Amino acid sequence: MAKQYETVIGLEVHVELATKTKIFCGCSTAFGGAPNTHVCPVCSGMPGSLPVLNKQVLEYAMAVGMALNCDITRYAKFDRKNYFYPDNPQNYQISQLYLPICRNGKVEIETADGAKKFVGIHEIHMEEDAGKLIHDEWEDCSLVDYNRSGVPLIEIVSEPDMRSAEEVIAYLEKLRMTIQYLGASDCKLQEGSMRADVNLSLREVGATEFGTRTEMKNLNSFKAIANAIKGETERQMDLLEAGKSVVQETRRWDDTKGESYAMRSKEDAQDYRYFPDPDLTPIVVSQEWLDEIKAREPEFRPEKMARYKAEFDLPDYDIEIITGTKRMADLFEATTAICNKPKKVSNWLMVQTMQLLKEESMDAEDIRFSPEHLASLIELTDSKAINSSVAKEVFEKMFHDDIDPVQYVEENGLKTVNDEGALRKTIEEIVAANPQSVEDYHNGKEKAIGFLVGQTMKAMKGKADPGMVNQILKEIL
Amino acid sequence: MENLLKLSAVELSTRIKNKEVTVREAVEAVFAQIDKTEETYNCYVTLDREGALVRAQEIQQQIDAGTLTGPLAGVPVAIKDNMCTEGMLTTCSSKILYNFIPTFSAEAVLQLEKAGAVVLGKTNMDEFAMGSTTETSAFGATKNPWNEAHVPGGSSGGSAAAVAAGECFFALGSDTGGSIRQPASYCGVVGMKPTYGTVSRYGLIAYGSSLDQIGPICKDVTDCATVLEAITCHDPKDSTSMQREDTDFTSALVDDVKGMKIGIPKDYFGEGLDPQVKEKVLAAAEVLKEKGAVVEEFDLALVKYAIPTYYTIADAEASSNLERFDGVKYGYRAKDTDELHQMYKRSRSEGFGPEVKRRIMLGSFVLSSGYYDAYYLKALKVKALIKKAFDEAFAKYDVILGPVAPTTAPALGSSLSDPMKMYLGDIYTISVNLAGLPGISVPCGRDDAGLPIGLQLIGDCFQEKKLIRMAYTYECARGQFPVCRAITEKEGR
Repeated sequence: MAKQYETVIGLEVHVELATKTKIFCGCSTAFGGAPNTHVCPVCSGMPGSLPVLNKQVLEYAMAVGMALNCDITRYAKFDRKNYFYPDNPQNYQISQLYLPICRNGKVEIETADGAKKFVGIHEIHMEEDAGKLIHDEWEDCSLVDYNRSGVPLIEIVSEPDMRSAEEVIAYLEKLRMTIQYLGASDCKLQEGSMRADVNLSLREVGATEFGTRTEMKNLNSFKAIANAIKGETERQMDLLEAGKSVVQETRRWDDTKGESYAMRSKEDAQDYRYFPDPDLTPIVVSQEWLDEIKAREPEFRPEKMARYKAEFDLPDYDIEIITGTKRMADLFEATTAICNKPKKVSNWLMVQTMQLLKEESMDAEDIRFSPEHLASLIELTDSKAINSSVAKEVFEKMFHDDIDPVQYVEENGLKTVNDEGALRKTIEEIVAANPQSVEDYHNGKEKAIGFLVGQTMKAMKGKADPGMVNQILKEIL
Repeated sequence: MENLLKLSAVELSTRIKNKEVTVREAVEAVFAQIDKTEETYNCYVTLDREGALVRAQEIQQQIDAGTLTGPLAGVPVAIKDNMCTEGMLTTCSSKILYNFIPTFSAEAVLQLEKAGAVVLGKTNMDEFAMGSTTETSAFGATKNPWNEAHVPGGSSGGSAAAVAAGECFFALGSDTGGSIRQPASYCGVVGMKPTYGTVSRYGLIAYGSSLDQIGPICKDVTDCATVLEAITCHDPKDSTSMQREDTDFTSALVDDVKGMKIGIPKDYFGEGLDPQVKEKVLAAAEVLKEKGAVVEEFDLALVKYAIPTYYTIADAEASSNLERFDGVKYGYRAKDTDELHQMYKRSRSEGFGPEVKRRIMLGSFVLSSGYYDAYYLKALKVKALIKKAFDEAFAKYDVILGPVAPTTAPALGSSLSDPMKMYLGDIYTISVNLAGLPGISVPCGRDDAGLPIGLQLIGDCFQEKKLIRMAYTYECARGQFPVCRAITEKEGR
């Protein structure tokens, strides 16, 4: 009988902060850009340059820390982590080891089966990202782009409190939601603005000591994370079952192959010679400053969900989708504030908007249309100025180009024709041209009227009110 | 015609303002002197004759238009080669930066340019400011203008020698453990290290970041106060730069020390101090006493711990600061290497000199895991205690008076063979850096061989004005210090 094992998982999550400028200089953090165009003497490690901390980075880090129930370090410092690599222009990375900005936090997670538990946060520290090496196979050389060098990151280190892939995903979702709501990062795994390294070990059920752990890198999606946890659990279990021991090492996950390979073991661990960076003065955080940041804290998802239920009486399903991103929730609230029709706003957002986002592979962050325009579209439909199929057409236009629906409907003559005389005339023509359908209708074929309505709508180029068409048709027939 | 080279910076600018001398004449006089003496003394790594003449014309126009009126307008200056100068070679006297041309200028240099000074070039130094003799330069040693068989001191030896030899009117140096004060003392000029954080370090290529400070090397105390006033500023680009209001240093040029209290640390006058140096420094204290200062001996604690503490901290920071010189982005890269780590190792092995390598290794060692607490952390604690000892002293005294160095300038070639002995020569200067204090070196006599001796005055943080006042008073009482042979010889021709 095989032994029963328990998987023990801790996470190191890197999050790229949404500041406009880098952590220690005024260069742009914008993604892309021709190589080495977002650089200056500071982030390219020129002799004589000095770092100056971007205050927004610190405020974001503290806001995340408070949202994750951490203690904020009132006297924090930056340390230098020394290692040679060309993507690291100074050959040291400015990070935090001895006095990180946040410690001792915890977050509550809920898995699909409804089970709740707390995951501890060991610490959160601030650091700078490195540049990017580009290997030119043709010229057999490597080039370096320092555009990313100095982009601000926070690293959130959890306690080894998770026991399954489900818990890990729930924890990451919680972090992502919280950080997105704070506006501190967009947390996109695929684009690398959120990166998770998984520390995993096994131990026999009931054991109190932890087993030897490995660290898994290169996990670019929740799916990859789940696969890697499964793969690594099995690999370690096979080793233990065969009486072998797990080697403490860093491994790289290959999601296409579904396997990992060792990158470096503890034996070749580098000595980073951490020491406090003498170019940066210690960070002193006052209570007033903390209070100020706390006061700016937004309404987080759980509170928002409860409020939507109470205030707007929306179905749980709607609330789930609309509060799924802060962008969507903000759009909902802004539009509802204008038109005061929460359910209709919700419908447009969770049906048409979600559908188009999916079709275009876009994120809620990429939505361009304004709440004012969505409110006017709802107004146009409610007043029967346009019918629902025209409304969908207008919405698509709005989604792509943020057009003003009122103006657009006007310019393109999309208004529903409410002139009964004109409509009656068209219907009379349709009836005269389709004697067979008229006969079918009189013979009890109710469906025949549908055909006649369709023909009328077609003749009216979709601008008729279908209810009115139905009514007039019945009168004539 | 008057020998312009005998003028101080402030005297020269007055002549220029009065239209007795043009800026071009001043610059040409300096270059004529350089042509005559530079081959002997090797004060400069880089000279920018053309640039200086163009600049002289621009400055002259501004002076004539009345838009530039300050006391440094039109005055030729030399910059130590560890301060970045836009478009001008900046080597730190190291092979590893033999071709490095910065894209920006150090803030202190910008401040001088704003004041209308004319940059002549970059002065020689110990490689990366590591050394006390300017002999560790990759571009040859600088010689002492008082006697070319002797060193000028270091690491700002090129700057101090250039001022003494009339190869500039004043210079900027940097002081991490005495690198302004000691060469100033050896060369018979005035050098001042301000309170840490007074002059921006932006553009100063770092050696020991928590100790480095830029300061003036001048012909007299008046010039020194004037230059310090010009280069002091709060710089948002340097996180360690202080916001200060009491920076009108020239207002302290007052010939009066009545009632000021001077403390003389007994530990600074014990074993190892050359008797001639001791005699002249104590004589200077006597002069100040006659001028009305109260002089008292006291025990300054922890003096013997200063050297190990300093070399632990400075080398630790240096080992990290110098990592960026790797052959990847600029500077020297070893040829014919076939992989990254070989390229790093060979570029750095070939690019750095022996003293720099020694300090990188020492610094890496004290930061390495398992030794960090025992060395680096302990050194930081001792540093705090040293600061406390000074705080206690300054509760009683306005100024601490002592020698700058145990001896006068050693003979060339006598120091590098015994690095420990060289390190011990820093005993009176390094505590000042560890405690972040201001210190000034003023010539107070010469030894039997005619080599200058310096008097060191140390003040509490932000008390530069007390130092300037006392140094100025001493200077007034002392009278004109002899002008070095390198300048006077010209008159014979």
